[in-house]
Amino acid sequence: MATKKFMYVNRKAPYGTVYALESLEVVLIGAAFEQDVSVAFMDDGVYQLVKGQKTDGIGMKNFSPTYAALGDYEVTKIYVDKDSMKERNLSLDDLQHLVWEDEDEDYAEKNSIKLVSRDELAKILDEQDVLLNF
Amino acid sequence: MKFSIQINEGPYQHQSSDTAYQFTKAALEAGHEIFRVFFYHDAVNVATRLAIPPQDDRNITKLWQELAEQHKLDLVVCIAAAQRRGLLDEAEAKRQGKDANNIATGFRISGLGQLIEAGIQADRLIVFGD
Repeated sequence: MATKKFMYVNRKAPYGTVYALESLEVVLIGAAFEQDVSVAFMDDGVYQLVKGQKTDGIGMKNFSPTYAALGDYEVTKIYVDKDSMKERNLSLDDLQHLVWEDEDEDYAEKNSIKLVSRDELAKILDEQDVLLNF
Repeated sequence: MKFSIQINEGPYQHQSSDTAYQFTKAALEAGHEIFRVFFYHDAVNVATRLAIPPQDDRNITKLWQELAEQHKLDLVVCIAAAQRRGLLDEAEAKRQGKDANNIATGFRISGLGQLIEAGIQADRLIVFGD
């Protein structure tokens, strides 16, 4: 099967609607197809990666620990829109520390998250073959 | 061109299943190929055979069924999203010990892998939703 550049674009808050959860489900299933996968977070979507989420008060399942497994699924390119972070007074320290292990460099741990400007993100979006928006 | 279609929003609540239908119909009439239509999130509700919209309104389920029959479309409903929302085919109802099923003819329930494959196989995957 052909290899394509797949990008999952997440624009909505983790709770309130089911988009974030059902997007993550596609990313995990899609990982089995050995495509060139990346994930983007922008607008309220950046909240999906915030660390220390506690959902007891709203009776929802906290699915945020699953993002830490993305590296094991070889999803290693996670782009976060810098401006969306800034607008929400968030910094990289507020997000989960997501890493992947590089087989080619003796399993060195590398950061998965890359903060990008809107111009950079626009360029990355333009390079994709398939965009899935959630 | 070969298209795949993904629909994310619920019927009647949101225009996306209507727009997706109009797009699919227009694409077919223009001689394009539709590899697959994938119903995700609340769009799985398009596949119920128990919906009864008012007679002077469009019947979205029926529109898709007729188009599918005419053009041999592959209408796939995401199983994970469907189970959350109470959409079951006969086999799944039996397996889960439920007393009824509600999938309309012409739709089939399958996994998210079908969406990924649709993205790989088509020249363009078009997503309808917010």
